[in-house]
This record gives sequence, structure tokens and C-alpha cells, in this order.
Amino acid sequence: MLSASLLLTGCADDPSQGGGSSGDTIKVGVLHSLSGTMAISEVTVRDSELLAIEEVNAAGGVLGKKLEPVVEDGASDWPTFAEKAQKLINEDKVATTFGGWTSASRKAMLPVFERNKALLWYPVQYEGLESSPYIFYTGATTNQQIVPALDYLKEQGRKSVFLVGSDYVFPRTANKIIKAYAEANGMSVVGEEYTPLGNTEYSTIVNKLGQAKPDVVFNTLNGDSNVAFFKQLRSAGFTDKTMPTVSVSVAEEEVGGIGPENIAGHLVAWNYYQTTEGATNTEFVKAYKAKYGATKVTSDPMEAGYNAVKLWAAAATKAGSVEVEAVKKAAGGIALDLPEGKVTIDGENQHVYKTARIGLIQPDGQIKEVWNSGQPVKPDPYLKGYPWAAGLAS
Amino acid sequence: MTLTWAKRAAFVAVAVLLLAAPLLLTPFRLDLLAKYLCYAIVAVGIALAWGRGGMLTLGQGVFFGLGGYAMGMHLKLAEAGPGQLPDFMSWSGVEELPLLWRPFADPVFALVMVVVMPVTVALLLGLLIFRQRVRGAYFAVLTQALAAAFVILLVGQQGLTGGTNGLTDFQYFFGLDLYEDADRRILYLVIVIVLGLSYLGVRQLVRSRYGQLLVAIRDGEDRVRFLGYDPALVKTIAFAVSAGLAGIAGALFVPVVGLLTPANLGVVASLELLIGVAIGGRYSLAGAVGGTLLFNYAKTIFSESWPDGWLYVQGALFVAVLLWAPRGLAGLADQLRTAVAARRRPPAPASPPVIKTPEEVRA
Repeated sequence: MLSASLLLTGCADDPSQGGGSSGDTIKVGVLHSLSGTMAISEVTVRDSELLAIEEVNAAGGVLGKKLEPVVEDGASDWPTFAEKAQKLINEDKVATTFGGWTSASRKAMLPVFERNKALLWYPVQYEGLESSPYIFYTGATTNQQIVPALDYLKEQGRKSVFLVGSDYVFPRTANKIIKAYAEANGMSVVGEEYTPLGNTEYSTIVNKLGQAKPDVVFNTLNGDSNVAFFKQLRSAGFTDKTMPTVSVSVAEEEVGGIGPENIAGHLVAWNYYQTTEGATNTEFVKAYKAKYGATKVTSDPMEAGYNAVKLWAAAATKAGSVEVEAVKKAAGGIALDLPEGKVTIDGENQHVYKTARIGLIQPDGQIKEVWNSGQPVKPDPYLKGYPWAAGLAS
Repeated sequence: MTLTWAKRAAFVAVAVLLLAAPLLLTPFRLDLLAKYLCYAIVAVGIALAWGRGGMLTLGQGVFFGLGGYAMGMHLKLAEAGPGQLPDFMSWSGVEELPLLWRPFADPVFALVMVVVMPVTVALLLGLLIFRQRVRGAYFAVLTQALAAAFVILLVGQQGLTGGTNGLTDFQYFFGLDLYEDADRRILYLVIVIVLGLSYLGVRQLVRSRYGQLLVAIRDGEDRVRFLGYDPALVKTIAFAVSAGLAGIAGALFVPVVGLLTPANLGVVASLELLIGVAIGGRYSLAGAVGGTLLFNYAKTIFSESWPDGWLYVQGALFVAVLLWAPRGLAGLADQLRTAVAARRRPPAPASPPVIKTPEEVRA
């Protein structure tokens, strides 16, 4: 009884406080998992977003006001993401929110942002087949990462593919796309295996790989599982020559966790590497290391989070307002020189043009680019420009 | 006599406060309170099964999930419209509505299933394991394994269940528009009423002859068996009632939170349901409800105040309660009241009716 009444009095927050652009600051939300299984990845994205906010402030802020980040913990729990998104919008009255990593967290937040007509900037490559009017996607959609990776494998003459993935939406949708591509391009899928998120036992799958002898393994495992998978692959005697793999969720941060000695020589597909050439990236890497430590690495999702802040600031400046509809309207066509190169917002689907890059993992843990798409690829979340993908998005 | 009066007054005060909350809280805080109240409905069931029946159920999330999915399936179908597929099925490559989903288009069927599915599972499971005289830690481990297995099943059947994403994006709930604050207030009041009815219903059950039998079995199962009762049946009924309450709570949780994922019903979620009850005091229904509200409120406030280290604060709170108030806050309140009464009236008349723990009974 006592605790119940205590709760009620404690709950009655003062509704008069807050206000996104009141006073001299503009509040922006930063919502990532700071605890739970996803924390290891998402904390780095939060850090790069805070770095970008700092840089925007150092350059005078947005519309003459400084940005004030409001950080919340999504706790690797999808309903928590929805709750905290609601809190940022309703209580903190943030002008926009940067956040999310897993598809599940995005799907959980999507109705919240649509219901409140608020903005979310989502910084991670994902499975496509989505285009919310209240989300900007600064990571790759499938035609900027998975399809180019398949083009590359085809060019290299790899005919048979074995699919290994974590059991959730991104790998399953990605594999659906890979199978459609393979069928249309004379490649064959010789196996498809899923393991629960966080799984660490891969001897059975490694045995199956040994029997199937595919030309390449397409790896969509996420998080810790990669450590176990690559170690067990190696201890079973397979090397990058006898069992080559291409991964779409292993970046510099994860290579460090797996141990470069276990994964050197394998391929990855992203839009940015720490080694990507250009003065803007040199600056970014330098600034990140200066703020967080010389041993830290930068990776694609971190860069996409950093980009999101810069792109939003540019859109708000162009709009002359942080009001959601005005920012949305101003965003289309904005082009910035960012660490990965030139990035342009596609006003229609609110994704960005990105250069696709295939990289080879080096013994020092860095990734060397071995192929790129030459120019930024137009985002096509529903794969409408690909005849073989007809029917996937139905 | 005065104590009952005080308890009654407190009950009315809390009821009035809860009913007045829509006037006092911002829509966001009201939504959170509605969510806590859903957990409180589960807590009433746990207080019955665990506090009175001695069944440490670590799998209450399963029943919560069964009720929730029954409701979620119906809402998804109602929203998609006849002949249309729910959104997640199209991106999971399902082309035709699965057979399992079809009857859930009917609102009456779905509402019945909200209770029937969890109760049936609890009845079958209860009869099976209580007849085998599985109890204590073995029962706890079994229910926890059930929660773990249920999550793996849900995640694995993505086309059927939405996988890890679960079911998301609900706009309508039996005519209520969940995008409107006014309609959400109605939903909140529905939850308050359901909680009130669950509380009164279980209180009635606890005070009945059946309730006494349940406590007797908790404290000495074999003795009750020798008296000619069937403990397995008595325990199964309490377990099934708690499962039914969890199912109803799950069904109400779906429109409030707007999504249901396997993370809401796994091992961790089931444990959190239990922790609230442990903090409040499992031997008291009011304690279980209050503890659950307090625990979830604290979780929200801690994570908002210290996004980087809130889990440590929450853990410390739990440890503190276990150390200094093993019978929960309600137990602590009882002790204080007894102590105060003893000091005020030295010759201490009949002490208030405190439900004794098994440890105390044995002592």
C-alpha cells in the first residue's frame, strides 16, 4: 500500500519542464543499448554520435543553438527501446533521435516515431523492405551491401554458397535475397543454417561445411557468435583458402574480439573501413582516437551514426528549423563529404547513397579494401530495380 | 478490528489514486503505469502460487506470452483486414495465412484463448508434475526450462510468430484508437479494473477453505495427503489460476506497450516478474502488487537517471531487500506494526493475523 502511493506521487512529473529548442540548446536523443548483449557494439555508435554532436557544437551548433544530447539505454531489449523512444519524444521533447542497431529494435521503435510524428536516424545496415516516413536510414540497405557482395563473388567465379546466420530477421531476409540472386545468376545454395543469437557451439555446422565444400560461406551471424564460429572453423583446420567466407556483420570492432589471427584473409562487405582513403576520414579517425583512446578502432556503423548527426544538422540548417516536417522536406538532396566519401540523402525513401566496398581482413586487424562500386549506389530498399528480386517485397 | 478498517481504507485510497492517475500524470507516465499494472496482475497470480502454494514458478512469462500472443494475433489480423497478411509475414516469405492463425480473426475466440491457452498448459503441466511429486527447486528449474524452450520455439518460427521482432505496430484495440491519448486513458482504466477484480478475486480464494488447504499443503504436503486430500489437484488449481491471470495480463500488455516479443516472456522476464513479488513480499497480495509497481518504477527511474550503470543500482536494491527484509517490504511493514503496537500497548493483546512463513512454522 505504502509503496503504491509512493509510486504515484513519484510519477507525477512536472510537465512544464523540457521543450526541444527552448532556451539556448536543442535537445537530441541518443538511444542505444548500453547494457545487455548488444552493448559491446552499440556503445561505440553512441560514442561516435556524441563525437559528432561535439563537433557540431564546436562549429557553432545548429541555428545558433548548441545541441544537448539526452542519452538513454535501450538495454538490448526491444520493448525498452520503444519505451525510451516515447520518453525522449514526450518528456524530453527532443528535436530528433539517433538510435537503434538490431532490426528488432527498429521495428519496435517505428510505430512510436510514426505515432508521434517524430524523427529517428537509424545508423546500421539492415535487411531493407522498409521505408518509414519518420525514419532516416544512414546504414546500407541490401542493394548497397549484400547485392554488391554477391556481384563480387560471382565475378570471382564462386558458384556454390553456404548460408550461416543468426536466427532473426536480418539473416533470414538477407538469405531470402541471396537465394533469389543465386537462382537468377547460375549460383547454387548448398546449405542454410541458423543458430540462436548468442550461440557459441559451431562444431556441427563446421562439419556440415566440410561435407558440403562450398566455394564460399555467406556469414550473417551477429555479435559474440562470430568469435566462436571463426575460432572453431580454424581449429577444425579450415583456412581462408580452404573455406573462404564473406561476412556482413563483422567490422573492425568485431575483428578485434575474434582475434585477427583467426579471421585474417576472410572477406567482409561494408561501405566504410577505418582505412578508407580521404582527408575527412583521416580527421574522423584522429578525432575519435583523441576523444576515446589511441587503441580504439572505427567501423561502418559508427561512421553511419556519426554521419546521421551531421546530415540532420545540415538538414535543420537548410530548413531553418528543427521542426520534423521542415527537416524532412529539406533533407532530400543534401550531400556531404563524410568519412566514407560523398553521401547524399535520397528524399524519396530517406535512405542515403553509399559506395559499396568489399574488404579483406589483414593480420593487424584492419580491413583493406579490395573492390568498390566506383560511385555511390542509389538506395533501393525494395529492390525494385532488380528483376530477379520481383516477388521478394510482396 | 481497527486493523481491518485501516486496511480497507488503504485499499480505497489506492483505488482512488489509481483511478485518478489519468488526471495527474502525463500520457507517457500513464502508459508506464499501465504497463506496471499489467505486471501487477501477474504478481497477484504469483503471490497465490508462490506465496500461498509454495510453487516457485520461474516460467510465468510463458503464460503471459500465451495470452499476449493470442491477443496480438487477433489485433494483427483485425488491422490487416480480411484476406490480408500481417506485415511480418510478408517480409518472412509467408504467402498464405497459416492455419493456426485463422480462428484468431474472431474476437470472441481470441478473447477466450487469452485465458484458455495458458490455463490449459498450466493444468496439463501441473497435473503431470505435481502427481509425480515434483516440487521445490525441481519445479522451479522445470518452469524455467519451459520459458527458455518457449522462447526458442517462438524465435525459430519467424513466419508464424514474427521471430525475435515479435508482433509490433498495433493501432486499434477493440474500437479504441491507440494513437489517441483519450482512448489510451480508457485502456488504462480497463487495466485498473481488471487488476482490482483479480486482487479481490484472489483474496476471496485465499480466504476460502480452499485457500487454507493450499497453505496447509505448502507447509506440510504429506500430512495433508494423509488426511485424504489430493495435493496435486489443489496445487494445480492455484497454478492454473496464476497462469490465467498472467494470460490476461499479457493480453492487456500488448495494446499498452504496442508490441510483444520473445524477450517479454523469456527467463529474464519471468525472473523480473518474480523479483517484484519478492521485494513486496510474497505472503501478502498487496505486498506483491506494491512490490511489482515499485520494482518497475525504480527500473524506469534508475535507467533514466543513470543510463550507464542503472543495472548495478537495481541489483543493489534487490540484494538489500533480500538481506534486510527477506519477507519483502510487506513483511517488514508487518514487523514494524507489531513492534509499534507492542510498545504502545505493553500488555499486547492478540497480535495481528500475520501469515506465517514455512520457516517460522517449523521454528
